[in-house]
Amino acid sequence: MNTGPPQNRGLTAIDGAMVLIVVLLIVQIWLLSATLESYLAGHREAAMPGAIISGILFAACLALYRFVDRIDSEVRKG
Amino acid sequence: MKWFRKPSSAPLWQDEFPVFTAGERYVSRRQFSKFLTLTSFGMLVGNLWILARSLFYRPPSYPRVPVAAADELAVGGVKLFTYPTAQDPCILVRTGSDSYVAYSQKCTHLSCAVYYAKEQNRLECPCHQGFFSVADGSVLQGPPQRALPRVALDLEGGQLVAAGMEGAGA
Repeated sequence: MNTGPPQNRGLTAIDGAMVLIVVLLIVQIWLLSATLESYLAGHREAAMPGAIISGILFAACLALYRFVDRIDSEVRKG
Repeated sequence: MKWFRKPSSAPLWQDEFPVFTAGERYVSRRQFSKFLTLTSFGMLVGNLWILARSLFYRPPSYPRVPVAAADELAVGGVKLFTYPTAQDPCILVRTGSDSYVAYSQKCTHLSCAVYYAKEQNRLECPCHQGFFSVADGSVLQGPPQRALPRVALDLEGGQLVAAGMEGAGA
């Protein structure tokens, strides 16, 4: 558990959020390549679930970015 | 939980270019997170583009083009032709006394030209050792993820006629 000064705690939270964003992005890149391969093979039925899941992943990334932005704002301005 | 950034009374440049090193750590992380989130948006746009192409997909109409005479090739023989346009190389293989198959000659990995390996009875891509089944064009080995698009053949009066493409997406 990080019991350091508030500035360091904020950095730890931001680092954790960034790792989550990176993981979600890797999944999203894989999803795009898989959907594209499927589409090029003539299986167009995979496009809708691919777009929905990609939208959910983007929303999660956006929420994490909001979190990072808020922490940054709160810690640096008190 | 608050979702939006606290309104700041400081000018924007002070937010983006902090004086202290401790602040710089936050700004660099926030900007990197923004970059990653924009990349995520790019991936979403890619998926939406594929969805739009799928929703507005119209099956193309293919011409009927004579490819070869049925007795032109010996068993195991090969003929190269182009179909449906002059920019689409295809390969015709006579696999038996009365069986013929034809596929797009572009490897589905990086579009190198595949050739028929008679000894192994398979189509091979020499660039990255991608192997395809001559029976149905499916991938046997190597980096390609998709089967070769197949050319539909009709036999009309001793002539093999290309009548369409199967498994060609996009």
